[in-house]
Amino acid sequence: MSWFTETLQSSLGKKLLMALTGLFLIIFLITHLAGNLQLLYGTKDDFNQYAKFMTTFPPIKAVSYLLYASILGHAVYGLMLTLKNRQARPVQYAYNQPTANSTWSSRNMGILGTMILIFLVIHMKSFWYEMHWGAIPEVNGFKDLHGVTVEAFKSPLYVLFYVLAMAALAFHLMHGFQSAFQSLGWNHPKYTPLIQALGTGISLLIPALFALIPVVMLLTNS
Amino acid sequence: MNLTLKVWRQKNNQEYGRLETYKIGDISPDMSFLEMLDVLNEDLTRKSIEPIAFDHDCREGVCGMCSLYINGRAHGPKFGTTTCQLHMRSFKDGDTIVIEPWRARAFPVLRDLVVDRGAFDRIMQKGGFVSVDTGSAPDANIIPIPKPVAEKAMDAAACIGCGACVAACKNASAMLFVSAKVSQLALLPQGQVERQTRVEKMVAQMDKEGFGNCSNTGACSAECPKEISVENIARMNREYFSARLTGTEI
Repeated sequence: MSWFTETLQSSLGKKLLMALTGLFLIIFLITHLAGNLQLLYGTKDDFNQYAKFMTTFPPIKAVSYLLYASILGHAVYGLMLTLKNRQARPVQYAYNQPTANSTWSSRNMGILGTMILIFLVIHMKSFWYEMHWGAIPEVNGFKDLHGVTVEAFKSPLYVLFYVLAMAALAFHLMHGFQSAFQSLGWNHPKYTPLIQALGTGISLLIPALFALIPVVMLLTNS
Repeated sequence: MNLTLKVWRQKNNQEYGRLETYKIGDISPDMSFLEMLDVLNEDLTRKSIEPIAFDHDCREGVCGMCSLYINGRAHGPKFGTTTCQLHMRSFKDGDTIVIEPWRARAFPVLRDLVVDRGAFDRIMQKGGFVSVDTGSAPDANIIPIPKPVAEKAMDAAACIGCGACVAACKNASAMLFVSAKVSQLALLPQGQVERQTRVEKMVAQMDKEGFGNCSNTGACSAECPKEISVENIARMNREYFSARLTGTEI
């Protein structure tokens, strides 16, 4: 085993990968949100043209492979870490009071992550798979992903599912953002308060805006 | 004070244990928690019941020998306190108190409330020391160390190795302990010679012992009787990654 793989397989190395992939996924969330807000402000053609650009422009395609790798890596390493952590305490406490020393979200990152992963599978089937390989009718020369989205968000149940998934994302980010910096070794009296404030801000703002899109579309299209 | 105690009883490492209930009366609020257990043990001895085994030594909060998971918290309900410095006035008359040993794969239960914390010793043996000759005690201020750095090193050195961090962590991770030991030496000039190999070896041993991974819940630091900061964990991460990237030992 080379020093490099050995490092990545150590407990600290696995956490480093979780932090790096996690932060990259947060950057993706911001881009994804910025693009999707066109569903509320832009025209149908604007959005469809944007969707075509995002799925065909080579540099963006290249980054998208990094994104898929990050999602898979984050999930697989997260699962490995969670299993290892469970093994580290084979006999549980008969009586435990973890609320006295840690936040709920920090203790439930695995469950929250699993919820987000389930959401991702369904979400990607609905839009990403349809956009790449589905039979989407063309409108004005572009695949009508906007139409697919409008149709999907006519179902209140589907919209509710999105809102719940975004709540899980909010809790996941609430701990994940600041935790990533700690794992990278970035803990400093000058920057840590800023990181924590920024973490709370984005973990509320990003999921709220994401959840707003299907809710508004449900209300305006039904 | 009259109390109901639910205490983990376990014969040895092979057999599975269980919680036993004992009633105890006439406890003074000024007694320490361990004195209360002494009274219970005398009572059990009189009744020809095997007394409860628990770890203790200095009873002054500095040796790191006492442990006990009391009512779901490492070292009991107070922050920044060891079990020996916990007093019965922190409880109410008629309370039920659950007492368990530290629970971690790396800390096997030896008997009742006593666990084997040898894993910490083996981590220390991998690098928690300075083996180069640093000479005899130098004159004061002959080696300039900025005051804030000296303070940080001293704060890390306050770790008594009791294992409360492992006990409180949901992952039974030893990161706070190891990071305190790494930090204490990484911050000072005497620790520089072995700085890179120390962190690499200690982390490798920590992983080998079967402790969990850190998920930054901060429970360790919250329950630490010496209030060691998670800042040390971030420092260990930096030390480790920098050692792995730039160290010449492959």
